[in-house]
Amino acid sequence: MRRMHLWHLLLIPLCLAWIYPFVWMISTAFKSEREVFLGGLSVLPKEWTLDNFTRAWDTAHFGTYLSNTVVFSVTTVAIVLLVSATSGYALGRGSLPGRKVIVGLLIATMFIPHGYTIIPIFKLVDGLGLNNGLLGAVLATAGPAHVVPILLFMGYFAGMPQELEDAARMDGASYPRIFFRIMLPLAKPVIGTVALFNFMAAWNAFFIPLVFTLGRPELRTLGVGMYSFFGQEATDWGGLAAAATISLLPIIAIFLFLQRTFVEGIAGAVKS
Amino acid sequence: MTSTSTVGPGGTTEQVAPPPQRPPATPRRRRPGTLRRHAWQYVFLAPMLLLFVAFTLWPMVASWWYSFFDWDGVGPATEWVGFANFTEVLTSGRFWHAFRNSFLFSLVAICVEMPLALLVAILLNSRRLRGRNLYRLLLFLPVVTTTAVVGIVFAVLLDPAGGFINELLRSTGLVDSPVTFLSESSALPTVMAIDVWKGFGITLVYWLAALQTVPEDLYEASKVDGANGPQTLRHVTIPVIAPIGVVILLLTFQRSMNPFDLVQAMTQAGPNYATDVVATYIYRYAFNPELNAPRYGFACAAGVVFGVITLVMTALQGPLLRRQYLKGSR
Repeated sequence: MRRMHLWHLLLIPLCLAWIYPFVWMISTAFKSEREVFLGGLSVLPKEWTLDNFTRAWDTAHFGTYLSNTVVFSVTTVAIVLLVSATSGYALGRGSLPGRKVIVGLLIATMFIPHGYTIIPIFKLVDGLGLNNGLLGAVLATAGPAHVVPILLFMGYFAGMPQELEDAARMDGASYPRIFFRIMLPLAKPVIGTVALFNFMAAWNAFFIPLVFTLGRPELRTLGVGMYSFFGQEATDWGGLAAAATISLLPIIAIFLFLQRTFVEGIAGAVKS
Repeated sequence: MTSTSTVGPGGTTEQVAPPPQRPPATPRRRRPGTLRRHAWQYVFLAPMLLLFVAFTLWPMVASWWYSFFDWDGVGPATEWVGFANFTEVLTSGRFWHAFRNSFLFSLVAICVEMPLALLVAILLNSRRLRGRNLYRLLLFLPVVTTTAVVGIVFAVLLDPAGGFINELLRSTGLVDSPVTFLSESSALPTVMAIDVWKGFGITLVYWLAALQTVPEDLYEASKVDGANGPQTLRHVTIPVIAPIGVVILLLTFQRSMNPFDLVQAMTQAGPNYATDVVATYIYRYAFNPELNAPRYGFACAAGVVFGVITLVMTALQGPLLRRQYLKGSR
């Protein structure tokens, strides 16, 4: 018992240092330009100001970037959910001919490196005429197979009792009806996990939004906006800190609210 | 296709009558309605298969195809150059430098991050440790944040001229002159350290989930047998979580080969290409706005070479993984 307490001496400083970059970010965001320039290690600003936020929101367009990111993330999640739930159901229940081939192919493509296929994807979206909106970036993100969500849905649906399906079929329910009315609502834990993970991935995406917004600054997402802001105003630390706060606070808040879903989701995924 | 020969009696209407008794021992028995059910299954599969072909399979094939062309992306690729792009990639010192860096990111993640995360996970898995959920939460926090954004936050924190970390080091008297964390010689280890910080939480949660699968009575049994902490770890914990560890290894490998966001945001592969990785290398040739004409063919060739080598490296761990998934899907 006593030995356990000693670990706190290690863990508390470690965790404080671990999250200090975020503490610094929020604290600097509220500091005046003068205070930031003079430096100093104080966490609390001497005089609180919102100047940095107005500069980031208006001048650096982080208001636009925020709404772009919300649209981009929500659309991506919707597509990923629909596609992986339907395919996971088709693969998970009933011995579908060719199922093993499909699952094997999916798993095989899981380990393709990031920069490997971006050029053909870029040209494909370009060829579809979608390269002039956020939809192009959404397709490039949601399009490539999301193997883990598919496997999660597959495993979950496969584990549902056969009696449930039989009973529904006895009542005359069709395949889509069984899926949308009975199976999908029961898959809430997986839906939550997949939505949460993919929302975070989309919110934090950088490579694809960067490539798809190179010539169109008004479509930038927060990460890309931050990158170009840093490229132009590398010394405006207050503004950068405020922009970073705008970018990160929503996703941190979502995580804090849903962390139980998140951790349970991971645990369930690894165990199954 | 085994059971397509019979269409359900009743033609278009669905069979509603319950089968009198369904022998549970023969699940593969032909039943009316089987064809129809499979048809729906293919309908449900269609969106995924369509996207899979268009955005996963085709790009892989097209990468190979494009890599035989000298192509700037304007119009169709017509200028066939054979293996010239591959020769150029394979003889480019800069490519191999980028490759080595990508590989180093992986190596650090597997050899440093994974064992450290396991140790912390074992500590945080202890029921007697108070506040372990809070610790886990804090250690996990970097994972959910945008890599490009935290990369820039770190670039500012590490700034030699008044950045927080240098101010801290100087005020505590640890250093006299500012440390240039992002100089040509130290940028790579710095970015790697931040990469570990960023990814640590996810590996930690993976390990914690793995540890949850160890039955409590196994611990009790080993305690009864008089095993100490390291012995329990060696003979109880590790064997039980090893299968999941293989999956974690592959997930970590896959994630760590792609440090594009962090590198591009913090150093843009500089200074003087010191932090260049394959993803930034490809990006430079294909999308760099400062480039007059992109070299799609060459960038694809670099991607293909990198992809092949990565696949070979993954394949070395492949048999282990396949056994895992087969076990899981049965």
